[in-house]
Amino acid sequence: MRTTVRLQREPFEPAAEAAKLSAGRTDVGALVTFTGICRADENGAAITALHLEHYPGMAEAEITRHVEEACTRWPLLGATVIHRYGRLLPGENIVLVVTASSHRQAAFAAAEFLMDYLKTRAPFWKLVEKAGGPSWVEAKAVDDAAAERWSKPAPLR
Amino acid sequence: MTVKVLYFAWVRERLGKAQEEIELPPGIDTIGQLMSWLADRGEQYAYAFERPQVIRAAIDRNHVRADARIEGAREIAFFPPMTGG
Repeated sequence: MRTTVRLQREPFEPAAEAAKLSAGRTDVGALVTFTGICRADENGAAITALHLEHYPGMAEAEITRHVEEACTRWPLLGATVIHRYGRLLPGENIVLVVTASSHRQAAFAAAEFLMDYLKTRAPFWKLVEKAGGPSWVEAKAVDDAAAERWSKPAPLR
Repeated sequence: MTVKVLYFAWVRERLGKAQEEIELPPGIDTIGQLMSWLADRGEQYAYAFERPQVIRAAIDRNHVRADARIEGAREIAFFPPMTGG
C-alpha cells in the first residue's frame, strides 16, 4: 500500500505522480487520476488569480484521515493526494488525487470519495483576485450534497 | 484555562488577527458558548461572529460541532465553510 499526502506551494506533475503508484508492480489494473485546475472565471466573472489559504497541521491530518478511510472502504493498492496552497494563476493545477487498485470500480469510487471530502472537509479556503477587489469563494450546497452521499456505509467493491 | 485560538479566511480578516492566547472564563464549556463570549469582546469580534451558525470549528485539529465541549483543548480554530479541492 503506497500512500502519499502532500501540501505544497510548488506545482506538481500529475503523470509523474500517477506513474509512481504503478511503477515496478504488476497487480495494479486501474489507475485513476483527477486533477483540479484553476479556471479563469468564478460565477461568470473573470479572475486574475486564486489564493489558497490552509490550516497547516490540520489540513495534512484531515486529508490523511480520509485517505485511510478510503483504504478501509475499497481494496486500494495506492493513493496520492497533493494539494497546493498560496497564489495560483488560471491554468495552474490546484489538487491531485490518484488512486490505484486491481479493478476500476474501486479506483473510480475512491477518487470521487477523496475529492468530495477534500471539497467540504479539508481546511482550505479560496480567495479570488479580480477586478473590483478580492472576494472569498462561497461554499456550495452541491459540494455538501456530494460529500453527504458517502456517509452511508459503502459497498466494498 | 489558557487556550490557543486560531482564525482563518474571512474570520481572520474580520478580526485582523490570525491567532491569540485566550484565558477562558468559568462557565464557557462549549464551542457555541465560546463563540457567543468572543462575539461580546468588541466590534471586530461581533462582526466576525455575527452569524455563528455558518462558522465551523476544530478542537486540536479535528472538526467539531457547536455543542462540543472544550475542556482540555489546547488549540481551537474558527473558520468559514471550507472551499478547497
